[in-house]
Amino acid sequence: MSVYYLDKLMYQLNRDPMVQARYKEDREALLEEYRLTDEERQAVLDEDIGKLYSLGNQPQLLMHFAALVGYAWMDYIEAMRVGAEKYGEPQYQR
Amino acid sequence: MTLVMAGAISHAPGITGREKMAPEDKKTRYYDACYRFRDHLWDQKPDALVLVSAEHFGNFFMDKMPTFCIGLADDYQGPIETEEFLNIPKTTIPGAPELARRIADVAMQEVDLGYSQEWSFDHGFMVPLAFLTPKWDLPIIPLNINCQVPPLAPLQRCHALGKALRKAIDAQPERIALIGCGGISHWPATPDSGKINEEWDRAFLEDFVANKTDRLLRYSNDEIYRDAGPGGQEVRTFITVAGAVEGHGGELWCYEAIPIFAVGCTVVNMDVAA
Ligand SMILES: [Fe+2]
Repeated sequence: MSVYYLDKLMYQLNRDPMVQARYKEDREALLEEYRLTDEERQAVLDEDIGKLYSLGNQPQLLMHFAALVGYAWMDYIEAMRVGAEKYGEPQYQR
Repeated sequence: MTLVMAGAISHAPGITGREKMAPEDKKTRYYDACYRFRDHLWDQKPDALVLVSAEHFGNFFMDKMPTFCIGLADDYQGPIETEEFLNIPKTTIPGAPELARRIADVAMQEVDLGYSQEWSFDHGFMVPLAFLTPKWDLPIIPLNINCQVPPLAPLQRCHALGKALRKAIDAQPERIALIGCGGISHWPATPDSGKINEEWDRAFLEDFVANKTDRLLRYSNDEIYRDAGPGGQEVRTFITVAGAVEGHGGELWCYEAIPIFAVGCTVVNMDVAA
């Protein structure tokens, strides 16, 4: 399940200032280090919150990524709502 | 007999971070209950507080996820979140490593605990502490329960954890408080953020304050997920406290469903009489 690596990227982005700095300097190189699907990789590059939500990225991590890339709280909620409608509801392991 | 206080309180980040966006009357009733809970805690002259919560990938991630983890650090940093997001300034929180170790040694006769010596708190610990120990001057022993991603501890194991903690706390000469913090029903950080199943919450709280073990342990994870949302899995923190005071009930000091805080905001004080 590659969504694990998407979550890992978001976890490290949230917790490690060095990873944050690298994200700002050279996102493409940073993303090479995570086993992302093409779809996941593109959604990160697009900073597409709705798509990331639909792909199953843990919301407790996604909310920090959304804040990092400039989303206000209500815009973040709306982006997920639109994403779920457009790309489908996320499926989590149960 | 050194457990001097027990109870439960909410930890959602909106409680402090979105304070100004909430209806004033509801917010004030909840905040007042938190201050009353704080005063009650300090009235017991505690030496330390065992805070049972469920963090959200602040330290514990799916690469190596402990089911139960006790803090043995000298101190803790927090919050991880920005001051903007949480409205709580960055600070250092004192730990109680030697006491925590003694508690772990007794509790581990009955439950398996992971441990951590370096730990930065997210809102799961910081929001309750901001109310309970606003001067950050009470030694804290954090205990995390994985409530985020399955496999999750079965509810009866959380209850057993509470019983083991009680035995371990009562074996110490110090005066110790035990507080669980989490949400009841909530859908945090999702498009359903703000949804609250008040009926489910009230039924759960009725069983919690009456401390009816069979009723508290009857839910399956799928039922919780369906009726109480992903955040509902945090009832494990409440159930741990119920285990610690098994045979005794408590009193609901506050329940206010506040959608902008994304949770039914709760304060329960439990009876600790042995
Ligand atoms: Fe939580």
